[in-house]
Amino acid sequence: MKAYLILENGDSFEGISIGAKREVVSELVFNTSMSGYLEILTDPSYAGQSVIMTYPLIGNYGVCLEDQESSSVFTEGLIVSELSRIGSNFRTEMDLDTYLKLNDIPGIAGVDTRHLAKVIRQKGCLNGMITTQKYENIQEVLPQIKAYKVEHVVEKVTSDSIHTISSGNKKIALYDFGAKRNIAEHLIKRGYEVIVVPASTPAKKVIAMNVDGILLSNGPGDPSECTEIIGEIKQLIKSGIPIFGICLGHQLMALAQGFKTEKLKYGHHGANHPVKNLINGHVYISTQNHNYVIKESSIDASIAKVWFMNVNDQTIEGLKYHGQPIQTVQFHPEACAGPQDTEFLFDEFTKMIEERR
Amino acid sequence: MPKDTRIKKVLVIGSGPIIIGQAAEFDYAGTQACKALKEEGIEVILINSNPATIMTDKFIADKVYIEPLTIEVIKDLIIKEKPDSILPTLGGQNALNLAMSLADEGFLEEQHVRTIGTSTQTIKLAEDRLEFKKLMENIQEPCAQSKIVTNVEAAIDFANEIGYPVVVRPAYTLGGTGGGIAHDSMALHDICGNGLRLSRVGQCLIERCISGWKEIEYEVMRDGSGNCITVCNMENLDPVGVHTGDSIVVAPSQTLSDKEYQMLRTSALKIITALDIQGGCNVQYALNPSSFEYCVIEVNPRVSRSSALASKATGYPIAKLAAKIALGYCLDEIINQITGQTYASYEPALDYIVCKIPKWPFDKFADASRDLGTQMKATGEVMSISNNFEGALMKAIRSLEQNLDYLYLDELTTIKDDELKNKLNEVSDLRLFVIAESLRRQISIDDIHAITKIDRWFLDKIAHLIEVEERLKRGPLDLELLKTAKHMQFLDEVIAKLSGQSCQTIQHLKQQYGICAAYKMVDTCAAEFEASTPYFYSVYNRVNEVSSISHKKKILVLGSGPIRIGQGIEFDYCSVHCVWALKKAGYETIVVNNNPETVSTDFDIADRLYFEPLTKEDVRNIVELEKPEGAIVQFGGQTAIKLVHALEEMGVRILGTTADAIDAAEDRERFDALLEECGIQRPQGHTVYTVEEALAAARQLGYPVLIRPSYVLGGAGMEIALNDQDIEKYIKIINHQYQEHPILIDQYLSGKEVEVDAICDEKGILIPGIMEHIERAGVHSGDSISVYPPQSIDAAVQEKIIDYTQRLSKAMHVIGLINIQFILYAQEVYVIEVNPRSSRTIPYISKVTDLPVVDIATNVIMGKSIEAQGYTYGLYPTKKTVAVKMPVFSFEKIKGAEISLGPEMKSTGEVLGISTEFDEAIYKAFLGTGLELPKHKNMICTIQDASKEEFLPIAKQFYSFGYHLYATQGTYEFLRQHGLLVSLVNRISAEENTIYDLILEDKIDLIINIPSRNNTARDGFLIRRFAVESGVSTFTSLDTAKALITSMEKHHVKKLNLIDITKLD
Repeated sequence: MKAYLILENGDSFEGISIGAKREVVSELVFNTSMSGYLEILTDPSYAGQSVIMTYPLIGNYGVCLEDQESSSVFTEGLIVSELSRIGSNFRTEMDLDTYLKLNDIPGIAGVDTRHLAKVIRQKGCLNGMITTQKYENIQEVLPQIKAYKVEHVVEKVTSDSIHTISSGNKKIALYDFGAKRNIAEHLIKRGYEVIVVPASTPAKKVIAMNVDGILLSNGPGDPSECTEIIGEIKQLIKSGIPIFGICLGHQLMALAQGFKTEKLKYGHHGANHPVKNLINGHVYISTQNHNYVIKESSIDASIAKVWFMNVNDQTIEGLKYHGQPIQTVQFHPEACAGPQDTEFLFDEFTKMIEERR
Repeated sequence: MPKDTRIKKVLVIGSGPIIIGQAAEFDYAGTQACKALKEEGIEVILINSNPATIMTDKFIADKVYIEPLTIEVIKDLIIKEKPDSILPTLGGQNALNLAMSLADEGFLEEQHVRTIGTSTQTIKLAEDRLEFKKLMENIQEPCAQSKIVTNVEAAIDFANEIGYPVVVRPAYTLGGTGGGIAHDSMALHDICGNGLRLSRVGQCLIERCISGWKEIEYEVMRDGSGNCITVCNMENLDPVGVHTGDSIVVAPSQTLSDKEYQMLRTSALKIITALDIQGGCNVQYALNPSSFEYCVIEVNPRVSRSSALASKATGYPIAKLAAKIALGYCLDEIINQITGQTYASYEPALDYIVCKIPKWPFDKFADASRDLGTQMKATGEVMSISNNFEGALMKAIRSLEQNLDYLYLDELTTIKDDELKNKLNEVSDLRLFVIAESLRRQISIDDIHAITKIDRWFLDKIAHLIEVEERLKRGPLDLELLKTAKHMQFLDEVIAKLSGQSCQTIQHLKQQYGICAAYKMVDTCAAEFEASTPYFYSVYNRVNEVSSISHKKKILVLGSGPIRIGQGIEFDYCSVHCVWALKKAGYETIVVNNNPETVSTDFDIADRLYFEPLTKEDVRNIVELEKPEGAIVQFGGQTAIKLVHALEEMGVRILGTTADAIDAAEDRERFDALLEECGIQRPQGHTVYTVEEALAAARQLGYPVLIRPSYVLGGAGMEIALNDQDIEKYIKIINHQYQEHPILIDQYLSGKEVEVDAICDEKGILIPGIMEHIERAGVHSGDSISVYPPQSIDAAVQEKIIDYTQRLSKAMHVIGLINIQFILYAQEVYVIEVNPRSSRTIPYISKVTDLPVVDIATNVIMGKSIEAQGYTYGLYPTKKTVAVKMPVFSFEKIKGAEISLGPEMKSTGEVLGISTEFDEAIYKAFLGTGLELPKHKNMICTIQDASKEEFLPIAKQFYSFGYHLYATQGTYEFLRQHGLLVSLVNRISAEENTIYDLILEDKIDLIINIPSRNNTARDGFLIRRFAVESGVSTFTSLDTAKALITSMEKHHVKKLNLIDITKLD
């Protein structure tokens, strides 16, 4: 079956329908990872977005369900150059097309994903529609595509209730703004009791739980629209409980500290971004997935210092707050998909917790 | 960390001659590294015995020594030049071993020479099996169960403990020389015994056999402050068991989930950190296909064939960065040349798939075993880039230039199903075709997987190709099918053949449907950042992103494809110089080539690089996009020459010598007419079609005769026939291979061979130098020792050669280069071959005469006469320097290959010896080929009757030099009769005191074996094979043996005088 991808600028591409047949409008982002498509599909930070995979051969090793980064697929749609006919891996449980259909995710194959990446690089983020319907007059759907906005996505992806997912001597509250499963895994691996709390949980409730540390997770959307959460984070700061922020969590912390965020032209989405630790000069390769960054000029040097910087475009990748047990990073130390170079940051977090005691 | 300012003068060791396992990749790496060092203001001293390389050009380094790569020579060089540092990790295993020996002896320390880049301690740790294993245990990285042994008994004990099969890997050898898989104790006895002999340190590793696991490689970089990245990973289509150099390899890995990918990536970074690598490094893994279990197979703490492939596959210049890291820079301080805005501390993101297929020399060694195992056999490789695996595979297959354009091998179609299934068990170069044929016959993917262990993903892709084949056969050829076939890179010709249509119809359909090739850029970042690298590959049904607009005139330069016997690195040297000359003259250059190992495919050589197969259609697509002013085909060997007619059909002007003139040299009748017109003789000959005609012709000419197919150059398929039986046998073989063309039979003249290269313009010629061969005619010129200037040719004959060259070039209207081979026989000069193109000798003659031959020729081709370039016509003034080019062979790697020399070329590379006097030059050349004699002063001689007389004085020379001679019966009696005290040794079929026994005692320096030409007995062949596989030098020509003893007599005790070729007199 044919499928079409229509961009808000009126460009249209024909391909083959994969996954669900329904029509979807979303923001388009491209991801340059060469493996880890399942982790990307199930990363809640992609809520509201369809992902264009620049690597042309997707689905090669099928779907290994244990690699899912959350309980369902949050990506709106999948755009690939070629979807493998078979999934070949000893752990494979189904092929990717079947998985997309099961999760009702539409997609398109057979399109020039490199070209799409270039369009986004040149024009900046834009919206698009994946559909199996052939519109004779594209103009009629363009207003609908243009009007789409990624809004209030955190509330869509966060957990419904507070729940404890492991046991341990010490407790960490994991603020779920759309947390990837591996964040919790890293804490569990280190012997912590992890209590997942929904994004809307008031700070005082978390403080009352007498937790030893707080992790502000990754998540989708524009951080500046999360005003209520930012307000609660201000309370958390005052509590003196060690906090580690990842991605959206890093941005929300910065906003709570009075800094500003801005939107990148087309964001960072991939598994090959070099980040430099400005304290010791070491460079690590990291997984990244964000459209927003902290505005460098808005950082008050008396409050925080830049911890990590992106080697490619010198954007802020991590902050350490003076006199506060708070560290945050823009990239993903939990990896999955992507390099495991910065896993040690979880050790730094737990060290912060230990030192406070 | 900024640059280390203590480093001012660096010695770079090259890798020496091209041999199997060590090819052009080190010229690419070395050239890049030297350029990177010079860029930083470092004085670079280079030593490499291989004259055919770009890296030994005088402007690549400050001082260039084309000298033998021996410990003594390098010591002398260090004393002479006093470098403060040595960079050993860019010249392959050879350079690494040399540097290690110097370090071990304490010589480097004594001379205050520092090793920069990865340290000698690290190298030792990575290369010594035992130490490496210990380290891996310490950092908890798994290795396959293994044990280091120093004798065969220990090997057998260990194998009994872990069970067969086991892998044998000798320590410190190239390309797995001497290794193998042993399935029982007898095999282990042989393989291990041999491996111990070949190992530099007498060690072999006996290892649990993990064949069938996935073989995965990571190319990693690390700088002095501990930053590490992986450049890319690669997956071998062939599971563990086939040497990675002989495997079909794709990048990035295709069948690894992110969990597996990251597990191995993390392991690789952990290993290079533990080893404290500073530079580039390759880590090889075996990954269990049904669990997360893995083993580290090997670490190469240097740039390698894989790193060259990774550089070309990603656009990340590993060797250049390794050099910068050696100077102290950190990865995040070095700009990514491709984007110009990001840094080297990132990991390339590919948005395409790369496929490499090795080029094997089995066409040259018809009798050799085609089995692939742990011993590498390929001489070169091709790489292709596409956005789908099927397309990449199809491109790579046709890049190999073996007249196969898709997965179809005629000879497999006639064999029975069960036989075919049996063939799936054979791991050989044909396996891919056997799989394809099996799929055509409905043998299931599961069955094929069960036998071959090749991942189902790859098999499914091959099955997809077969399905499309079937659909093309069945029809109808609609838009969708044609699009699919082109997407998967079926050539128009193949589509035409399968669908039963004409090629024109296919082209017409393509036009009608608007299907045409689009080009994409290799940019290291999957389009994330803007890049302007002019490095492209073709795809179908996608948006073209290459703008052909240029304000300069564009010239197309066709490369020479994979390195193979008969067409080696020399042609890449010529292509690169042609590009440089064109650029200098203000032209925009477009290079098309598919060899990932070479300098010409470095993205900063040409203005535009198309990494594509060199077929008519692939080139036409580029021509249609770029519309070049003209094309230069003279420098890309036969690969480029083959495309001349196609280019003319496309309307591309052939610059320089025309297609018609090229034809004139290849068409026997036209060539004869030309010679007659010029009043030049050639050995008498006839053109025949049948056995009867051939026999009649041979008898008329008188045996011996030279017999060969027409339209095949470089001695391919050429034989010397001594009698009727030879002719009959030969015609049978040849008719099988080259049916359409007639067969040529020539008189065989056993005279002296002389070779000339000349640059020709409309007015005259410039000859850089005349070269004389040591071996008499009958040995292919590429396998002969070549001497410049000639030592035994008088002035009158030289004049005649110059005159003939002039006449021929003029008559043929050659513009550019010509190469002519002559025979001097009974005071007469005969022409035996004319090639109106660049030749194998161009790089070396350019270097020793200090004449930029390719540059001058390129300018001539572009219309600037020799005179206008400031040169005079005629023979260029002869230098005082004597240069001897000597062939180097890789026989020990190719089991079953006949090593005796003849008209078919067999050498893989060459070395040069340079001196002010002939004997020293030739001695150096012998040293350069690895012949370090005398050692034990024992030799074996077995000489055919016809050559015994001639051998006598040579035998006497060896004898008086102190050699003890062992000879087989006939030779023994002959030498005894002539008063030489020699010992008898039995032929191998005897019970005791055989040649085998002598060789096994490891006391033999060399074997002189002159086989009778019609020797059908296996005896001689077995002796030669056994000698070669045991590492004993074997000469099959008396001329070579004589040259050796004469030079040895004079020079083996003298200090060699080292010559910097940038300052030749």
